[in-house]
Amino acid sequence: MDNMPWLSIITFAPLVGVFFILLIRDDDKEIVARNARWVALWISLITFFVSLGIWINFDNSTANFQFVEKSVWMPGLNIAYHMGVDGISMFFVILSTILTVLCIGASWITITDRVKEYMISFLVLETLMVGMFSALDLVLFYIFFEGVLIPMFIIIGVWGGARRNYAAYKLFLYTLAGSVLMLLAILTMMFQAGTAEIPKLLTHNFPATLQPWLWLAFFASFAVKMPMWPVHTWLPDAHVEAPTAGSVILAGVLLKFGGYGFLRFSLPMFPLASADFTPLIYTLSIIAVIYTSLVALAQEDMKKLIAYSSVAHMGFVTIGTFAANTQGIEGAIIQMLSHGVVSAALFLIVGVVYDRIHSRDIEAYSGLVHRMPKYALIFMIFMMASVGLPGTSGFVGEFLILVGTFKTNTWVAAFATTGIILGAAYMLYLYRRVIFGELTKENLKSILDLNRREVAIFAPLLLVVFVMGIYPSLFLDAMHASVENLVERYHSALAAAQHISVVAK
Amino acid sequence: MYIAAVFLPLIGSLIAGMIAFAAHGAVHSEDAERKKRLDLASQLITCGAMLLAAVAAILVFIAVVVNGQNGTVELFTWVDSGSLEFSWELRGDTLAVLMVTMVTVVSSMIHIYSIGYMSHDGSIPRFMGYLSLFSFFMLMLVSSNNLVQLFFGWEGVGLCSYLLIGFWYDRPSANTAAIKAFVVNRIGDFGFALGIFACFFLFDSISYDTIFSLAKEKSTATMTVFSGEFHALTVICLLLFFGAMGKSAQLGLHVWLPDAMEGPTPVSALIHAATMVTAGVFMVARLSPLYEYSDVALTVVTLIGASTAIFAATVGCVQNDIKRVIAYSTVSQLGYMFFALGVSAYSAGMFHLITHAFFKALLFLGAGSVIHAMSDEQDMRKMGGLYKLIPATYILMWIGSLALAGIWPFSGFFSKDIILETAWGAQTGIGQYAFWLGITAAFLTAFYSWRLIIMTFHGESRADETTLAHVHESPKVMILPLVVLALGALFVGILSVDYFVGEHTVEFWKNSLFVLDTHKTLENVHHLPIWVKLLPLVVGIGGIALAYLMYMFAPELPGALVAGFQRTYLFLLNKWYFDELYDKIFVRPVFYLGRGLWKAGDGLLIDGVGPDGVAAAVKHLARRAAAMQSGYLYHYALAMLLGVTFFVTWFLVQGA
Repeated sequence: MDNMPWLSIITFAPLVGVFFILLIRDDDKEIVARNARWVALWISLITFFVSLGIWINFDNSTANFQFVEKSVWMPGLNIAYHMGVDGISMFFVILSTILTVLCIGASWITITDRVKEYMISFLVLETLMVGMFSALDLVLFYIFFEGVLIPMFIIIGVWGGARRNYAAYKLFLYTLAGSVLMLLAILTMMFQAGTAEIPKLLTHNFPATLQPWLWLAFFASFAVKMPMWPVHTWLPDAHVEAPTAGSVILAGVLLKFGGYGFLRFSLPMFPLASADFTPLIYTLSIIAVIYTSLVALAQEDMKKLIAYSSVAHMGFVTIGTFAANTQGIEGAIIQMLSHGVVSAALFLIVGVVYDRIHSRDIEAYSGLVHRMPKYALIFMIFMMASVGLPGTSGFVGEFLILVGTFKTNTWVAAFATTGIILGAAYMLYLYRRVIFGELTKENLKSILDLNRREVAIFAPLLLVVFVMGIYPSLFLDAMHASVENLVERYHSALAAAQHISVVAK
Repeated sequence: MYIAAVFLPLIGSLIAGMIAFAAHGAVHSEDAERKKRLDLASQLITCGAMLLAAVAAILVFIAVVVNGQNGTVELFTWVDSGSLEFSWELRGDTLAVLMVTMVTVVSSMIHIYSIGYMSHDGSIPRFMGYLSLFSFFMLMLVSSNNLVQLFFGWEGVGLCSYLLIGFWYDRPSANTAAIKAFVVNRIGDFGFALGIFACFFLFDSISYDTIFSLAKEKSTATMTVFSGEFHALTVICLLLFFGAMGKSAQLGLHVWLPDAMEGPTPVSALIHAATMVTAGVFMVARLSPLYEYSDVALTVVTLIGASTAIFAATVGCVQNDIKRVIAYSTVSQLGYMFFALGVSAYSAGMFHLITHAFFKALLFLGAGSVIHAMSDEQDMRKMGGLYKLIPATYILMWIGSLALAGIWPFSGFFSKDIILETAWGAQTGIGQYAFWLGITAAFLTAFYSWRLIIMTFHGESRADETTLAHVHESPKVMILPLVVLALGALFVGILSVDYFVGEHTVEFWKNSLFVLDTHKTLENVHHLPIWVKLLPLVVGIGGIALAYLMYMFAPELPGALVAGFQRTYLFLLNKWYFDELYDKIFVRPVFYLGRGLWKAGDGLLIDGVGPDGVAAAVKHLARRAAAMQSGYLYHYALAMLLGVTFFVTWFLVQGA
C-alpha cells in the first residue's frame, strides 16, 4: 500500500478518463454528450477522493517531501520524473481536484456543443494542474506549468463568449512572454547547480550575483500568472469571455501558480534577491490592492468586477509571501486556498444567473432575492468571505498576512488594510444592485431559484469556507513544518550573506 | 451554562433561517395557513431560545459575580501560526458576564416585542433569525477572551446590522443606509485591525490575559511604526479607539447611525441603542489595563466623547423624525460614556452603558409603539395629542425620558450624575472641558426629550383623519416587554449604584476593570462642591421647563427662533453638513477615480502600450516586411548580390 505511486495516480487518472471518453462513439450526439459527462464526473470524483487520501496520510511533523516518486527520464541531462508534495503544495493538489469536479458539475447542462472535447479539455487540465503542484523536477515542472496554457486557451477560444479570440490570445501572449524568460533561467540553474531536482536546488546556494537575474526571470512569469499590477489586464478579459467553469479554474487554480512559484522557487532558492526585491513586490502589491479595488467599484460587468477583486486579493498573497515570516507565509497559503474556493464560488454565482438570463451586466438584474432566496443567501455568504468577515476563510488569510506584514513594514500593512474598506464597498454595491431592490424587470419575474444540482455544487465550497474560517488549524497544522523550514532557510541565508559582507569589510 | 447562554441564540437563528425558506415556499404555494404556522414557530423558537439564554446568563452572573467563581470556558483552538495562537473562548469575569446578562435580557424583551411589531410583515422568520443571529455575535463579542474573537463579534454584529437596516430591501433608502453603515464601520475597523497587529507586534500575543499582565512591563516601551518612534501603548490604544469610534458612532464616524433608523424599530432599539453601538465603550473598558498607561489616548477618548455628546445633542434638538431624535440622543449618550472612560472612570461609563440600555431601548420601543399606532408615520410634525389615545405608551415614554434626562430617582440620574462628577473630579483641563460640555448637553437632552413628548402626545393632532381613526394602543405582547424595560429604567440605577460605583465597587468588578492608583477620579467625587453635584439635576429640570415653555405655552417661539437664526437652524438641521462633506471629499472622488483608473489606466495606458500596442506594432512591421516581397526576380537577385558582397567583405576584413 505504501509503495503505491499515489501522486502519479492522481495526476494521470484524468488521462484515463480522457481515454474512455475518446472511446465513446455513437451516432446520437445526445448519448455521446451524456456518456462523456458521466465519465468525466466519475473520474474526477475518484481522483478527488484519492487526493483526499494524501491529506489523511500526510505527516504533519516533517518538512520533507512526501509521497515521493522518482524514476530516471533523461539520464544524460539529469532530468527525472520526480514527484512529491510538502505542506505548501499538498493543499493545492486537493484544490485542483475538487474544483475540477465542481467545474464538470457546473457545465452539466450549459455546455451543449462539443461536450466530448470539453470534458477532455478539463481532464487534461486537471492532469497538468496536479502535475504542476507535485513536480519535483525543474523541467517536469516547466512542462506542466506551461502545458496548462493549452487547454485553457482552447476552453476560452472554443466555448468562450463573443470576444473569445481576443481574450484567448491576450492570455497566451502575456503568459508566454514570461515563460520564455523562465525557461532561460531554468537552463541556467541546471547548468550552474548541475541538477534539476527541486529538493536539491532548495539547499543549493546560488551565487549572489546570479540571483537577481534568475529572480527577475521567474518574476516575469509568476507576476503575469498571479497576476500582479500592471500585467493584470489579461485577467478581466479572459474571465469575461471564458465559460463559467473556465473562470472557476482560472481564478481558483491558475492564479495560484504564481503564488506557489514564489514560495517554491523565488523565496527559498534566491533569498538574497528576494530580500532586495521585496520593496518592488510591496509597491506593486499595494498598487494592486488599492488600484484594482477602485477599478472594481466602477465595473458594470459582474465577471469583470470579480476578476478585478481577484487581482486585489492576490495582492495580499504577494505581500504576505515576501513578509517572509511564519504568519505572512501561512496567511498567503490560506489566502490562496480561500480565494480558490471563494472566487470559484463567486464565478459560479455569476454563472447561475448567466445561464438563466444570458447577461453579465449588473444593470440587467435587480431584486433577485424575491425569486431566489437560496441564491441570495449563498451569494451573501461568499460575499462576506470575500470581504474577509471573521468566521470565514477569507478572514484567516488576510489577518495572518497583515499581522505578519505589520512586523516587517507598518506602512505596507496600513495601505493593504485599506483593502478591507474598499473590498466591502465594491462587493456590497454589487450585491445591492443585483439582489436587492424591487423586482421590476419582466424577464426576471419567472426566474428560478437554485436547483439541486446547483446547491450540490455550492455545498462543498460552503463547507470549506466555514471550516477554514472557524477551525483553520486543520489546514495550518499541515503547513507548519514546511513553512517554518522555509522561513528558517530564508533568514539563515540572509544572515550568512550579511556575515560574509561583514567579514569582507 | 455559559455555552448555552451564548450559543442558544445561534441555534434559534439557524432554525429560524430554515423556517424562513420553508415560509418562502409556503408563500409561493399560496398556503396562508401554513405560512402562519411557520411564522409562529419561528417566533416561539427564537424567543424561547433567547429567554433560556437569558436565564442561563443570569445563573452565570450569580456564579461569577455573587459567588466569585471564574467562569472562563475554552472551546477549541482557532488559529495557531508561529507564535500567534488563540482560541475560541468565553471569558468569565464580571465585565463579560454583566454584558452577557444585559444583552440576553434586553434582547429577549425585544424579541418578544417584535412578535407584535412585525405581525403584519411578510418575512417574520427571516427577521427573527437575524435578531437572534445578532444576539449571538454580540454575545461572542462581549465574552471574548482575545482581541480577534472581539473582532469576530464586532464584524458579526456589523453584518447583522447591515442585514437588519436593509431588512426592507425594496426601499432604496434602506439599502443605501445599510451599505453606509457597513462601510463606515469598516473604516473604523481599519484602525481596529491595525491596533490588533500593533498589539501582536508589541506583546507577541493578542490574548487578554497575556497582554494585561505584560502591560505594566511594556508601559514605557516605544514602537517604530509609520516611520517614526512612538509610545507603543498610545499607538495601540489610539488605533483601537478608532475602531470604537466607528462602531459607537463617535464624532466623524457617526454618520451611519441616524441613517440606520431605516431598519425596523426593534432593530433600532436592540442594535442601535442598547447593545451594538455600546461595543466601543465596552472595548475601551475591557482594555482598561492598556488605556491606563496612555494619557494621550485617554485624553483623546475624553475629547472625542465630550465633543460627540454636545454635537449630537445640538442636532437632536431640531430633528423632526421621532426615531432620529432618539438616534442622535444615543450618539450623545455614547459620548458621555466615552468621556467617563477617558477620565479613568470605567465603572461609571459601564454603569451608564447598562442603565442606558434599558431606558433607551424603552424609548425606542415606545417610539415604535407610537409609529405602529400612527400607521408607520414617523414625522412628529404630523403627530400630536396622542396621550389620550395611547396612554400606556405615553406613560412608558415619560419613564424613559425621565431616565434619559437624569431626573431622580430614575436610572439615568445615577449614572449620568457620576459621569459628570468624575469629569470634574479628574481635576484636569480636559476633564473640565468634558464637564461643561456634558452639563450643556444634559440641558439639551432634557429639552429635546420633552420636545419629543410634547410634539407627539400633546397639543392638537396634526394627523389626517384616516390615520387618526386607526390609532390604537399596542397589543399586550408589545406593552409587556416595555414594562420590563421600564422597571429597569426605574430601578436598575438606584439598586445597583453602590455596586457599580459606590462602596461595593471593588467586590463587584473584582479584577475586570483596571485603574492606576494615580488616577483618583472616582475617589475625588466624594469631595466635590455641592453645586457640582446638583448642577446636572438642575439643568435637567431647566431643559424640561424650556421645552414646556417653547412647545406648550408659547408655541410661536420655535418658529420665531428658526426665523431669527436661519443659518444656525439649517446648520443643525443638516447635521453640521457631515454627509454633504463626506460625499464631496470621499464618495464621489472614489467612484470618479475608479472609473478613471479603469478607462485611462487599464484601457489606454496598460493595454494601449502593452498587449494592444505591441500587437499593433507587430502588425505594422509585418505589413512593411510583406511589402518587400515584391515577387520580381530581379529584386531578389539584387538583394542576394548585395548580401554576398557584404559577407565577402566582412570575412576579408576579419581575416586581415
